[in-house]
Amino acid sequence: MASISTTPREQSVWQRITASLRKIAPIYIVLILLLIGIGTQNPTFLEPAGFLNLLRRAAPLMVLTAGQLFVIVTGGFDLSVGSIMSLTVIGAALLINNDPVNTWWVILVLLGIGVVVGLLNGFIVSYLNVPSLIATLGMLLTLRGAGLYWTGGAPRGYLTDNFRMFGRGWIEPFPFIERFPYAVLVLIIVSGVVIFLFTQTNLGRQLLAIGDNPRAARLAGIPVEKMRIVAFVLSAVTAVIAGILQGGFGGVNPEAGDGYELQAISAAVLGGAVLGGGRGSMPAAIAGALALEALFTLLNLLGLPKPLRDAVQGLIIIGAVAYGAYRSRRIR
Amino acid sequence: MSAITWTNVRSRVRESKIPPVYGILIVVFIAAIVLDAIFGRGQITSSTILTNMVVRSVALGIVAMGQTFVMLAASIDLSVAYLISVTAVMASYLMQGDPARVPMAVGAVFAIGALVGLINGLIVSKLKVNPFIATLGVGLVLKGILNASFETFVGAVPRSFQTLGYGTIGPVPISIIVLLAVTVVSAFVLSRTRFGAHLYAVGGSEVTSRLSGLRTDRVLIMAHVVCSLTAVLTGLFVVSRLRSGAPWVGTDGLYDLESIAAAVVGGTALSGGKGGVWGTLAGVLIFGILDTAFNQLGVDTFLKQVLRGAIIILAVVSYTIRSKEKAA
Repeated sequence: MASISTTPREQSVWQRITASLRKIAPIYIVLILLLIGIGTQNPTFLEPAGFLNLLRRAAPLMVLTAGQLFVIVTGGFDLSVGSIMSLTVIGAALLINNDPVNTWWVILVLLGIGVVVGLLNGFIVSYLNVPSLIATLGMLLTLRGAGLYWTGGAPRGYLTDNFRMFGRGWIEPFPFIERFPYAVLVLIIVSGVVIFLFTQTNLGRQLLAIGDNPRAARLAGIPVEKMRIVAFVLSAVTAVIAGILQGGFGGVNPEAGDGYELQAISAAVLGGAVLGGGRGSMPAAIAGALALEALFTLLNLLGLPKPLRDAVQGLIIIGAVAYGAYRSRRIR
Repeated sequence: MSAITWTNVRSRVRESKIPPVYGILIVVFIAAIVLDAIFGRGQITSSTILTNMVVRSVALGIVAMGQTFVMLAASIDLSVAYLISVTAVMASYLMQGDPARVPMAVGAVFAIGALVGLINGLIVSKLKVNPFIATLGVGLVLKGILNASFETFVGAVPRSFQTLGYGTIGPVPISIIVLLAVTVVSAFVLSRTRFGAHLYAVGGSEVTSRLSGLRTDRVLIMAHVVCSLTAVLTGLFVVSRLRSGAPWVGTDGLYDLESIAAAVVGGTALSGGKGGVWGTLAGVLIFGILDTAFNQLGVDTFLKQVLRGAIIILAVVSYTIRSKEKAA
């Protein structure tokens, strides 16, 4: 469908500006527009404290989306992450048993559970050849049931203050801005690690290659099965971290993570990732998650009732992806 | 006719077009009977329980047929659960317990369904949005509109309309006849009509089909419309059982993900072009047997979910493990 181009190579300044603008992932422009929108409704959000608060609330989804992207670029889905988040919150409340001393080993145990779930997901997909949609859907049902079985259906126990610190605590005093949320610190560390893994190591390139063409990747010597497992483990571990943040922020709730899996996939797609694999950017995916949370905040500030927020979210996700598809056809 | 030997039977089954999932169905059913005889009350083979088992599968079964259509075209529909809620609520809201309003209400919900399917299909085929995202987005829009308009049970369906959910013809519940009718019609459309052949072609390779002169967009849109219409039929069945519709009936039933799971367990490929509705029927029945068996055995509700998830994976494993193709 490519039209025959006869334009000469010479470009005006304006064309050069638009050309370089086109290279920026559109999600950043969307994000800036959303933040401007929030600013016009309530300027305090753009002050450091207000913005950090927005980031703090967005941190669980941003972390979760980062993990999800590893799986998406290989061409898979991880639907189990929401239930891992819920299980993390439930498990923390039960295991800590209201004694702050327990918090640290419990966090390690939870991360360990994440690794095991990720290994299982990856094993089922890689070696038993089950489509990831079904494998992780089965895992979702299993973990949801397991969590409810563990608690007997009703939330029990408490999250101690030193556990909740990660989700809702602040570092005080902090230079220049008085206080700084722990959740944002966690977010910065996790983002740094995943962006490094994705862009600076072979891992990212190999995962992209697998998603683009698994056969070619195998022939190029990439251990496809093992790398897929690594992607699922990373996804599950970020889900545990997201669960810890969410538990701190929202307290004990056996449904703490329900629905997050689809939000994370939507956020990654907003950030330009292509379902089916082979294309995706880590910073853009994380920006996509922030944009989604910014959208919720904006719709909230505009006074839209919760149900209509869902509807607008649906329209915007479709619109953004349709625009991305249109753009990629134009470029080709 | 040669003597009946095991190898003979095996090769015959292999030559026939019976989907392999029926083997799993038989194994699951026998396991349920044995477990029930040992640990339960041994009543699982009674006709009441068997009938209930199938009736339980009707709601999921009807929509799973439609889901099979879109999956054959290498698409997917995550909006069905919300459409089922919309149908249930709108039907009972429009009927208000008055038998005279039934035809109008049924016509209205089918029109809504056709429109939703058309929108899904247009977004997927014309705007080239990934079907996962497109139908998830449409589902969110439906959910938003529904929850903004209704909060709880509204209206009621008249007693006569409940015949769909509870009535029988002789000893056979009408709902089972409906499910069988939908399956037979779907199977006929898939194997005997031009649309069915086109559906397999588009799912097998969209590009090849287009280059061969097929209007692939129309086929895809049509598949989405069919899927939405089956979701509406499921919604009507659900509301006839419940007598009144509430905004959560579709999502609570997990009809979106379960219908996909049933089709995959039945042997329909997520990548499109392979499978059929008879396999899906077996997949749905497997879920029905599991639910019934767990109830008979008194398995804890939450443990039930755990086992269900594990069995879905195992069922798919049982034949993917032999295939050389790699899944994503």
